[in-house]
Amino acid sequence: MSGIRRQALAVARRDLARERRRGEVLWVTVPFGIIALLLVPLAIGTDQATLHRVGPGLYWVVVLLFGVLVGVRGAADETGPQRDAAALLGLDPVAVFAGRALATSSLLVVFELVVGVAAIALYDIDLIGVGWLALVVLLVAIGLGTLATIASSIVASGAGTAALVPLLVAPLAIPLLLGATQSLDGLRQGTSILSWILLMIVVVLVLGIVGVVSSGPLQESR
Amino acid sequence: MTPSVPIVEFRGVGLRVGTTTILRSVDLVVDPGQAIGLFGANGAGKTTLLRVLGTLSRPTEGLARVLGVDLTTTDRYDLRPRIGLVGHTPALYPELTLRENLAFAAEVMDVARSRVDEALAMVGLAGAAERPAGACSHGMQRRAEFARELMVERDLLLLDEPHSALDRDAVDLVEGLVARTLDRGGAAVLVSHDRDRVAKMADRCVELEAGVLR
Repeated sequence: MSGIRRQALAVARRDLARERRRGEVLWVTVPFGIIALLLVPLAIGTDQATLHRVGPGLYWVVVLLFGVLVGVRGAADETGPQRDAAALLGLDPVAVFAGRALATSSLLVVFELVVGVAAIALYDIDLIGVGWLALVVLLVAIGLGTLATIASSIVASGAGTAALVPLLVAPLAIPLLLGATQSLDGLRQGTSILSWILLMIVVVLVLGIVGVVSSGPLQESR
Repeated sequence: MTPSVPIVEFRGVGLRVGTTTILRSVDLVVDPGQAIGLFGANGAGKTTLLRVLGTLSRPTEGLARVLGVDLTTTDRYDLRPRIGLVGHTPALYPELTLRENLAFAAEVMDVARSRVDEALAMVGLAGAAERPAGACSHGMQRRAEFARELMVERDLLLLDEPHSALDRDAVDLVEGLVARTLDRGGAAVLVSHDRDRVAKMADRCVELEAGVLR
């Protein structure tokens, strides 16, 4: 196994083990997301037809907003001495970026799936084109996870505070949100969603390249 | 490593952050097999100098070479596994067990997993291997950090307050770790307020005053 791949997997395993012990995503963020989905019918009424129509869009908005919280944890959960000790293990910045993005994306997939089940139950969302749907869920998780990792690295470099992460992530995640909502809409109406899938793939690739290129300078600017 | 190449060669090294000068005109040469004691008042710049030696902060002026590598111009990732740093603040992940903390280091450095349990046993923590680091005392966490250093062979050892929060047995371990590094032709820099103890371990001692080495 190559050095960077081995190190990236070690970083991802470490982050997921830490998250498993703390349970922030499972016991705090997921319930919060479900509560947000529960509150909407109280605000706009319980008319089933309306909820059925707006449900998919609301689901993706909740995924975006609460997904940012999943990503924010990366900005605050490593102290200076921990970062220094990790650096002196010879961790390549690209491996750190890839490992953290992998861990955050994995957590986001779990978040999307659990909150997705709640959205289906609450808004009676049709499950059409499960294969495409799985791809959309995966692309949103990877894109949002990568974006949150870049934002967290900017914060960790000392160029801002953790409160800055949502401001950095939310606007840049709009193409992902657009791709996801339009894909679901296309699946419901039976139209092609290929262009939206391609948009999301391009966004994910661009974010990946930005993350890799900026990982060294961001780590070394501390 | 060529014996004639100093482990550390600093000539007129300075570090400025914004308008604040933290280190100025630091001249320091540490040869293979040497241990240096570094003293100074709080805020004198000791920890910053240790970070520069550890390649974690880049100097803004002067010639700075560690293990023959120019820190001002070169990528430092390849150099870092040759440098060990144990700070006075524990750097373990509190949610992970001591074994998981060391296993992470072993995996990143491509060290055999068997070294993890060997190192924990060497520092007397075999029985606490499954305990989360956050549930361990400060002294136990420091022992675990020394265990991490025992898993690998470093060419430069940087220890910040090496005797802090340690009992007599653990102090012996630290001294053994330093001796092992020096015997292999490495070097050590020991930052401490405990002058007497460090003076016994060091070949020479230097004092940092307001960022200037005396």
